[in-house]
Amino acid sequence: MNAALLAELRPTATWYLVLAALLFCVGMVGVMVRRNPLVMFMCVELMLNAVNLSFVSLARELGDIRGQTIVFFVMVVAAAEVVVGLGIIVAILRRRPQATADDLAELKG
Amino acid sequence: MIAALEGPPIGWFDLSPLLVLLGAALVMLVVGALLPRWPRGLYAAFTATAAGATMVLAMVLWDDVSDQGARYLVGDAVTLDGFSMFATIAIAATVLLACLVTDDYLRREQLDGPEVYALYLTAGIGGIVMAMANDLVVLFLGLEVLSLSFYVLAASHRRRSAGQESAIKYFVLGGFASAFFLYGAALVYGGTGSVRYDEIVAAVNTTLLVERKDALVLAGVALLIVGLAFKVSAVPFHFWAPDVYQGAPTPVTAFMASAGKIGAFAAMLRVLTEALPQWRDDWRPVVWTIAVATLAVGSILAVVQTNVKRMLAYSSISHAGFILVGVEAAGHTAGEADPSGGVAASMLYLLLYAVLVMGTFAVVSLVGRTGDDQTDLDGFRGLGRTRPALALGMTVLLLAQAGVPLTSGFVAKFGVISAAVDQRSYAIAIVAMLASVIAAFLYLRIMVSMWIVDAEAGDDAREAVRTPLSTSLAVVLSVGFTLVVGFAPGWIVSAAEHATTIATAVAP
Repeated sequence: MNAALLAELRPTATWYLVLAALLFCVGMVGVMVRRNPLVMFMCVELMLNAVNLSFVSLARELGDIRGQTIVFFVMVVAAAEVVVGLGIIVAILRRRPQATADDLAELKG
Repeated sequence: MIAALEGPPIGWFDLSPLLVLLGAALVMLVVGALLPRWPRGLYAAFTATAAGATMVLAMVLWDDVSDQGARYLVGDAVTLDGFSMFATIAIAATVLLACLVTDDYLRREQLDGPEVYALYLTAGIGGIVMAMANDLVVLFLGLEVLSLSFYVLAASHRRRSAGQESAIKYFVLGGFASAFFLYGAALVYGGTGSVRYDEIVAAVNTTLLVERKDALVLAGVALLIVGLAFKVSAVPFHFWAPDVYQGAPTPVTAFMASAGKIGAFAAMLRVLTEALPQWRDDWRPVVWTIAVATLAVGSILAVVQTNVKRMLAYSSISHAGFILVGVEAAGHTAGEADPSGGVAASMLYLLLYAVLVMGTFAVVSLVGRTGDDQTDLDGFRGLGRTRPALALGMTVLLLAQAGVPLTSGFVAKFGVISAAVDQRSYAIAIVAMLASVIAAFLYLRIMVSMWIVDAEAGDDAREAVRTPLSTSLAVVLSVGFTLVVGFAPGWIVSAAEHATTIATAVAP
């Protein structure tokens, strides 16, 4: 491989945006397909972090620092979500061990 | 030498409604954890006082902005204008009414404590921040503060497994929707170089003309609408609402249906009309479609339900459709100097609906009896005979939800439909009127159950419906407001118009 080709293959912001979009889709499909509440919750976190990656790469492309600072806010929100989400999940699993999303069907109509 | 870091100017007094709520929430948590249990009713009284103080401060500030003009606060992160003060007053009113209902509920269920009230206050803060935000990320923070409080509130009745089930459903789907919203904010940032509403508007004239990034922005707008439509439970993002409304403790359901909708719709109105007016021809058809689908699905599916909380959930979906009619009407003139009636009509609808739904669920929480599970239509059987005053109040509230003249519901529905007709959106106005006729059937079913259905054997063995003081007060306030607005709507209509005119004055 020659140097020009290598230079052309250097990752650009677009690569990261595509990666972020793929990660987001993985998380989205995971929430819809998986049935374990804990795994569904991890997929939501994956979606949030995919957005973080988008923010960072867009900030890099725009040459703007604000996109990177937004990531910190999102991380704090994600951490708060973990606290609340795990609390709820633990409360449910303690009452009904091995519960999947399909078992949680008391409410319907 | 590093220069001293200089923070943005804050404007402490301008933020006082939020600070009062925040201070009260901290007091509830800290004092509640450190001191022995307060005497009965004091937690609710304290929280209600804080909410009342917030309303007064918001009115003072509203008066101030109508003299001095709207302004940005905290480094341009939030907007102080009539619109945000109107939303603040509405949300504080729902916190106040929710306290009255919750006090009796928690004592009946032997769950009294400060936590629920602290969460009401934080949820209120979240909703107000959503309405005030001038920045998509600040809006996201407000959205999460509101939503995280709701997830915990839904699970706050520790002995009901239905509550926990509704909390986990709400949590997973809510997080899912927040991720969509945030991705939308990221794409709008990529397309315009900013997440601030005023800078997004200004960016069109610079960035987008130089290098077209319309695709990025349009994808972002679509994702933002998905995220917000989920929060207002608009079709097709409504699946969570019936389950969550049925499973959550009844006073919490009332609070979610009122404060949650005010925050989310205020945010939606502000994002669409202040940040994205240039794309109004792109998002307006989307809002139109969602509005029609929400009206149809909400009204028709409500009819087949048998649980009253579930019925009212579908009814709240149908009400969301009506408010979306107002949003659609606002979309015709978004960004123009001459404001459309759509914004004012939607905000008025939110306030009137919030008070209505609080009163309705207050009655449901009494009829649910100890354990909060007799919320089927059967639970209402014979209420007209055993508790005629309560049944009469419920009847007035249900008639108002159906939009019968001389009630606030009629004023609300008339406002959004006439705003749509002003913008020549005749089709959507006709759909809205048909939907309100179909939805009337649902309210009639509850009334029939209360007044007409014969008693069955065993009805007398059921626990009697008690009418404790503070919940009754909430019902009386709600019915009184409904009738006063129904008979003399002029003052509140002009207040809503006044509030939203100050909002549009700040838009660039």
